[in-house]
Amino acid sequence: MKATSRAFKANARHALGDPNLQRAMVNLRTGFAERRAHAVAQLPEWEELREQAVAIKKDALAHLDFYLEAFEQKVIANGGQVHWCRDAAEANETVLAICRRLGAKTVTKGKSMIGEEIGINDHLAANGVTPVETDLGEYIIQIRHEPPSHIIAPAVHLVKEQIAQSFRETHRDLDPARPLMDSRQMCDEARAVLRPRFLAADVGITGANFLVAETGSSIIVTNEGNGDLTQTLPKAHIVLASLEKVVPTLEDATTILRLLARSATGQEFSSYTTVSTGPRRRDDADGPGEYHVVLLDNGRSALLGGEFEDMLRCIRCAACLNHCPVYRAIGGQSYGWVYPGPMGSVLTPSLIGIEAAGNLPNASTFCGQCESVCPMKIPLPKMMRHWREREFQRHLPPPAYRLGLAAWAFFARRPALYRLVADVGARVLGVIGRGRGRFRALPLAAGWTQTRDMPAPEGRSFMSLWVERQSQRKPR
Amino acid sequence: MTEKPRVALFVTCLVDLFRPSVGFAAVKLLEDAGCTVEVPRLQSCCGQPAYNSGDRHSAQAIARTVIAAFAGFDYVVAPSGSCAGMIKVHYPVLFADDPSTADQARELAGRTYELISFLVDVMKVERVTARYDGVATYHDSCSGLRELGVKAQPRRLLASVAGLTLKEMRDCEVCCGFGGTFAVKYADISDKIVGEKTDNIRASGADTLLAGDMGCLLNMAGKLERDGDPTKVRHVAEVLAGVAGPALGEPGDGA
Ligand code: SF4
Repeated sequence: MKATSRAFKANARHALGDPNLQRAMVNLRTGFAERRAHAVAQLPEWEELREQAVAIKKDALAHLDFYLEAFEQKVIANGGQVHWCRDAAEANETVLAICRRLGAKTVTKGKSMIGEEIGINDHLAANGVTPVETDLGEYIIQIRHEPPSHIIAPAVHLVKEQIAQSFRETHRDLDPARPLMDSRQMCDEARAVLRPRFLAADVGITGANFLVAETGSSIIVTNEGNGDLTQTLPKAHIVLASLEKVVPTLEDATTILRLLARSATGQEFSSYTTVSTGPRRRDDADGPGEYHVVLLDNGRSALLGGEFEDMLRCIRCAACLNHCPVYRAIGGQSYGWVYPGPMGSVLTPSLIGIEAAGNLPNASTFCGQCESVCPMKIPLPKMMRHWREREFQRHLPPPAYRLGLAAWAFFARRPALYRLVADVGARVLGVIGRGRGRFRALPLAAGWTQTRDMPAPEGRSFMSLWVERQSQRKPR
Repeated sequence: MTEKPRVALFVTCLVDLFRPSVGFAAVKLLEDAGCTVEVPRLQSCCGQPAYNSGDRHSAQAIARTVIAAFAGFDYVVAPSGSCAGMIKVHYPVLFADDPSTADQARELAGRTYELISFLVDVMKVERVTARYDGVATYHDSCSGLRELGVKAQPRRLLASVAGLTLKEMRDCEVCCGFGGTFAVKYADISDKIVGEKTDNIRASGADTLLAGDMGCLLNMAGKLERDGDPTKVRHVAEVLAGVAGPALGEPGDGA
């Protein structure tokens, strides 16, 4: 996917002025944040569970090579195949090669953020293979030719009128007078349209929430059951997974699953949890003829052992997005790449470079809400700060900003000089602002005063007043 | 009787520059609680703007002056969760590459507190004698809440203020959109976030907004004023100490 993270500010401005998006984002709070809070409050062992999950992932990351090789051996023993891919291009080629060998015309897809990351749909389409998204949200953005705005609810930025309109424009063979008012009707319509495509598909692609080293299984969770059809009906099931998805045992996966649904949607468990282990065996009633795992690195192994390693614990629950005031204000597409919100602001610079993604770690108030809800206890603000440090070292922030900061720091680190300046500054600002009690415009803070006043100082610095009062208190 | 604890007030740059009354309110509250208060003269800022802008070097230089200025006191207290959090939580991390300063930073962190939580948790203050006639709502500033656990303490003391009723607003724990330089660098996003905050403030039915951090207060007050909203905005310490000058942004005769 082509990144527009450089244009973050313009993207955000556009989003702030989009009434549909603003209306849609209101649902995020009731739909996700409040439900999560309720689910977490119901579970007394929540904190303990977090600790366990963090320990599991830390162990998995510390011995990543071991667990991945163990996983591969199990997959092979089950009759499947693992394809190690360094980057997006290798992964795309691998998937295309499988499709070509099987003479695939249509590919059904379950939701996969890795699919978005490598741009698999475009690659397949450009090579004569038609990808069909089967997750309702993914299907909606596919027919609208939009990137996802959320990692578990890709169409969350849309209101239902927009979706109905897209359905009418796309499903032209249906009765134009049909009612399409509520989500039930739209869901049914999508189902009816997708059903024959499941049957026609030659290859099914899904993502993976976990890879299990112990059994060689991949696990996905969905609420629509589309993943099951995607992977059992076609000739081949391809799993797109990044390498940090591996956990040692099935037991470990279930521990983390207890956190995942609660953090994501406030459910105790997602409606469908599907474990796939190899292709169809002789006695199985159904299942794919082939089972492939496309294991993607794409820059992740470079994070091991560094200051961003903790990010590899992420289970993509989206709690950090749902609770982020910035994400809630501007939606996910403003971030300009696959992963939005706080987790994206840490991950995106690691994957596409800080030059392209520099705005993202800066566009945070550091309110800390993301870290406090993250089930995997990932210190997201700390890692955004690390990015800011790298950026600063490389002189990437705008010169005016750096100059202002340097001037301020010059005084701040020299308290005696600072006192002189602050005492005078307080008086000057106080005299100017005294009459009204506030400023309606201020140089250097034009962004602020465009929409907010700046309360005026009281007129003297605390320190100068304090010194005065002290000398009155104890006359010499 | 044990000796009175010697407390150094870390004024914070925004209180120093914008609102000395908060500093004097803090001194009064600390003295009423039985502390001897001193204000080291050679203080400027905690260094957070540099730290959060990725300028680790300047942040360290500023932090060193803070460590020096506040050596030897029993406690260091700031009327701000953000600045206290910077010293308490971030200074030790800031010097991870400099073990000897890191030791000093940890030592300072161990005796540094945000004002209201210090009064309640350390000085065991249970009530104040102030009076404030009004209905207030309290915004939980992010660093105080999430880094230092400031939540119950201000509410507990506010409950003892004669004439004051506390009405909680919706989402009182959600960020106000200030975020230091964020409010200027990403002004339109910041404005959207503070707009939601002031909607919640209005909906609470309170006539007064209180919080424990000047940055957030300036942001919310600025938005309310621009919208012509008459809600009074004050630092929580002013109300607890019974200081009654003009509210933030109200015209005054200067201090
Ligand atoms: S960073 Fe944490 S909260 Fe955000 S998606 Fe990943 S696991 Fe969930």
